[in-house]
This record gives sequence, structure tokens and C-alpha cells, in this order.
Amino acid sequence: MSVKQISVFLENKPGTLCSLTEVLSKNNIDIRALTLSETKDFGIVRLIVDDVLDACAVLKEEGFVNALTAVLAIVIPDETGGLNKLLKVFEENRINVEYMYATPGGKNSKAPYMIFRVTDTEAAEKALAKTGLEILDQESLY
Amino acid sequence: MEHYFQEEIECADSRTLRKIQDEKLVKQVKHVWDNVEYYRKKMEEKGLTPDDIKGIDDLHKLPFLSKADLREAYPYGLVGKPLKDCVRIQSTSGTTGKRVVAFYTQHDLDLWEDCCARAICAAGGTNEDVCQVSYGYGLFTGGPGLNGGSHKVGCLTIPTSSGNTERQIMFIRDLNATILCCTPSYAAYIGETMKEMGLTPDQIPLKAGIFGAEAWSEEMRQDIQKTLGIKAYDIYGLTELSGPGVAFECSEQNGMHINEDHFYAEIIDPDTGEVLPEGTQGELVFTSLDKEAFPLLRYRTRDICTLTRKKCSCGRTHVRMTKPKGRTDDMLIIRGVNVFPSQIETVLLNNGYAANYQIIVDRVNNTDTFEVKVEMTPEMFTDNIGEIENRQRALTDGLKAMLGIKAKVSLVAPKSITRSEGKAVRVIDNRKI
Repeated sequence: MSVKQISVFLENKPGTLCSLTEVLSKNNIDIRALTLSETKDFGIVRLIVDDVLDACAVLKEEGFVNALTAVLAIVIPDETGGLNKLLKVFEENRINVEYMYATPGGKNSKAPYMIFRVTDTEAAEKALAKTGLEILDQESLY
Repeated sequence: MEHYFQEEIECADSRTLRKIQDEKLVKQVKHVWDNVEYYRKKMEEKGLTPDDIKGIDDLHKLPFLSKADLREAYPYGLVGKPLKDCVRIQSTSGTTGKRVVAFYTQHDLDLWEDCCARAICAAGGTNEDVCQVSYGYGLFTGGPGLNGGSHKVGCLTIPTSSGNTERQIMFIRDLNATILCCTPSYAAYIGETMKEMGLTPDQIPLKAGIFGAEAWSEEMRQDIQKTLGIKAYDIYGLTELSGPGVAFECSEQNGMHINEDHFYAEIIDPDTGEVLPEGTQGELVFTSLDKEAFPLLRYRTRDICTLTRKKCSCGRTHVRMTKPKGRTDDMLIIRGVNVFPSQIETVLLNNGYAANYQIIVDRVNNTDTFEVKVEMTPEMFTDNIGEIENRQRALTDGLKAMLGIKAKVSLVAPKSITRSEGKAVRVIDNRKI
């Protein structure tokens, strides 16, 4: 039940992120979640969008190097200890979080959710299945 | 079966060849003495007359010509025929600011085109072939030279010139081009574009490519051969001598046969000017043997290479030169170390990157800064930043091992490095020395 995230290579200089969003906007692709990680001279933008395949195609056409990665979108109840409860499951199962970011949730999704990139996506899904925490699929992101 | 354009001379035994060279040299020296005052003065300064040159054995007595001489004598000082007998000029790109203008009579054009025809035949070309010439046409010798050679072989010639890559690919596919002639960087670019279009080598009718006019490495050859599904042949030349075709590769792909019935090659020590024995690395010097309009005696090319007369399986007897290690013009001296762009290319390809790079040199606080910009490719990109940085570090280490000095490696967006569709802009030297 993982979802597909697009990672895009960007040079670390003014205007590069804007040129990316420009392409998406021009092609009517909606961004659901986004995070930017940078090194000294380049950065990686990680995106969750409504039409993954279309986005990959137009990005490639416009000269953006990109890659698809499987990530987990998990609904975190907005209450004290909500995130802690989830991370405890990961901890018990020796699952490492490589990176994570939050998004306010889509028009149709009931609650905010967070995106997790973990060392072992399958193991994480299995462990979460027993907890009742909701993992979203590509369609229910919206 | 090996196929030659002028078998009798290309496969002549060494004594016959030498006799032809001796006779031609005596005539060429006489022609220069009678018609090129600039060089006659140089000979007089050394106390020489044409009678002192009885054959190739006396060649070492003659004074050298350098690029500086060409500049000084510009435009007509080295022309050996009245302009009414000249029919063409060609000129270098002048990228290093030293534009060379060369003159040709119809005889000179013919011998040049013969040389290019020999190269096309050596690459397997016959009158059954369709030869697409994607070198620039105009002042640049690439297009006109291969175009003429292709006509002489009898190939159906497609004079696309460089640029408009989509149209290039359309012609290759629609007209079943079998031979492609262009710069290696443009061949790589065409290959890259075809790959992006989803074309596999077996869907591309090309079988051979003749690539030259800029330095390229063995790794780049392997890359181009794989993407286009062809055999890629090197070709060498200088506008000063005529253009491409001064030397060319045969099916052995192991050194380029010099058309030494027209251009006699020597290797010298670049510091002392002394002639070095066969097999020794040094500066390549050429003497034209039968040119009319722009005869050059002992012209220093600044290219560093070695010569060999070892027997070649293709049957050609003409001396072979190794791929020039680098033109002394291309060579950069960074922090006191000699750096050839072709070395950087080798490291890039060995590390999985494409040969799309740019070297930027500057001087800050009296120290040279050395940056290599490398384009990110889909193959080298991953969502894992740590992994990208590891690969970047491996590349930095590889460059250090090859060059002996450290370069700053910057990863840049694909196609962000200016890729002129003729010659690639590889070096930006901002040092004001």
C-alpha cells in the first residue's frame, strides 16, 4: 500500500525550484506534499502529486532528472502522542526512518498524514497492519 | 574483405613509398623556394638552398613553421600560387583566437578529398552506402572534406551539416543512412537523443561513424558504438594541411594511418626540436609533399603522439599515429600540472557519468581554482542523497588519481552545459595571467 513519490534533482541556485513548479503548473499537475533537501551545490525535491506518471513524463521532457521511490503515507491522529505511537511500532520492529515530512491532508482524506521513507517498506506495512493506523493508497491521498 | 580507395599507394611497399616521398619532397621544396618568400628567407637564414634537400633524409635540415608563423604571414604570406589559380579557402574556428586561413587550388581540393575517401573506404564505405555528413559546412573543414570524400567514393551523400538533431535523426531513419560523419560529441548527442526517443541500436540503420575534429577517449568510442550500434572510426586532420583525412583509422581501430604520400610525419622533441626515433612520444610535425596553394614544410602541430611502422592487418603500409594525447593548445596548466580535457572525460565515463562536462579554471589569491561541472544523468540519480554524494566523492578521487591535483566536482542539471552542436565548449579559463 505504499505510494509513489517523485524525487527531482535541482541545482542549488535561485529559480530552479520555481522552474519545476512552473512545469507542473503548466501541465495541470497538483502537488499534494513536498519537501526540499539540500547539499552545498544541489538539492533533491521530493513530491507527492496527483498524476505520478504524467508528472514523470513532463519532467523528463523538460530536462529534469527524476526517480520514483516507494514511501508510506500514514494518517496520524491529531492528538497528543499520535506520532509517538507510530514511531514506537517502528522501533519495536527495528525499522529505520530515512526521512519524513508532513502534509495537511487532501480534500477527501479525513486527517492530516505524514510521508515516511523507511529502510524496509514491506516490513513497516506488516507491522502497521496490526495497529489500526491508517495507511493511504495513491487514490485516497486526495 | 578490406576495401581501399587507392590500393596501389595505400598498400605500397616501403621502398616504393619512400621513392615517391623523396621525389615529391624535392619538388615541393623547390616550389616553396620559388613561390613563398616567407619560407625562402627562413631557409636562407640557415644557409640552405633547394639543392641541399635531395630526399626525406635531408628533411631535418629544414626550418620549422609554427602557428606563430601562420599568424605573422596572414593572410597571403605562405600562399604558393597566384590567387587566380586558387579556388577555395577554409578557416579554423578560431576558438583559441588564432584563426588560420588556408588556400586551395583544384589540385589541392582533389588530394584532400582523396584522403577523406580513403577514410570512408577504410570504414567500410562503398557506392552502396548512404553517408550523412553532420559536420558543419562552411569555413570549417569538417563538412566540405567528408562531403567531397563521400562523393569520390560514390556514396549517396546527405549534407545535413550540424544542428537540428531531430532532422538529423529523421534523415538517418527515413533515408537509411549507413555512415555518419560528425564530431564525437555530436555523435554522442545524437545517440543520447535516439535513446530518449526509445530507439534501440537495431532500429538505427547506421553501421559506421567517422568522428574527429576534437579529442575523444576510447571509453567514449565504446559508448557511441553501443548506443548507435556502429563501429566508430577516428579521423585526424588540420586545416593548415587541408582538413580531416590527414590520418584515419582502419578496421583494426588501433592507430590512424597517415596519408604519407601527401603528408610526411616526423616526431620531434618539443623543447629541442630534435627528431625522435619511431615509437617515441613527442610533437607531431608535418610536411606537405604535393600541395600547391598552401604548402607547409615542417609544420609543428603541437599534438603529442607516437608513430609506428608495425605491420597492420588491414594491409595498409602507411605509418600509424596514436590518438593525440592532447593538443598542446587544449592542454591546461593548473597549479603547475598538465591537464588534458580527454583525461577528465576518461574518468567521467569510468565512473558512470556521461561525457558532458565543463572545466572552469580561475585564479583566486594567486592560487588556481579548478572546477569540473558534470551533468546529472538519470542513471546516476537516486533519491538517496548520501549515495549521490558518495558517487560525487568517488569521481573527485578518480580525478585526483588521474591528474594529481584536486578538482571541485559540481553536479549540474542535465543539458545545462552549453553543447554547441559543432564543437563542445569544454574549458572556461577565467585566469588573467
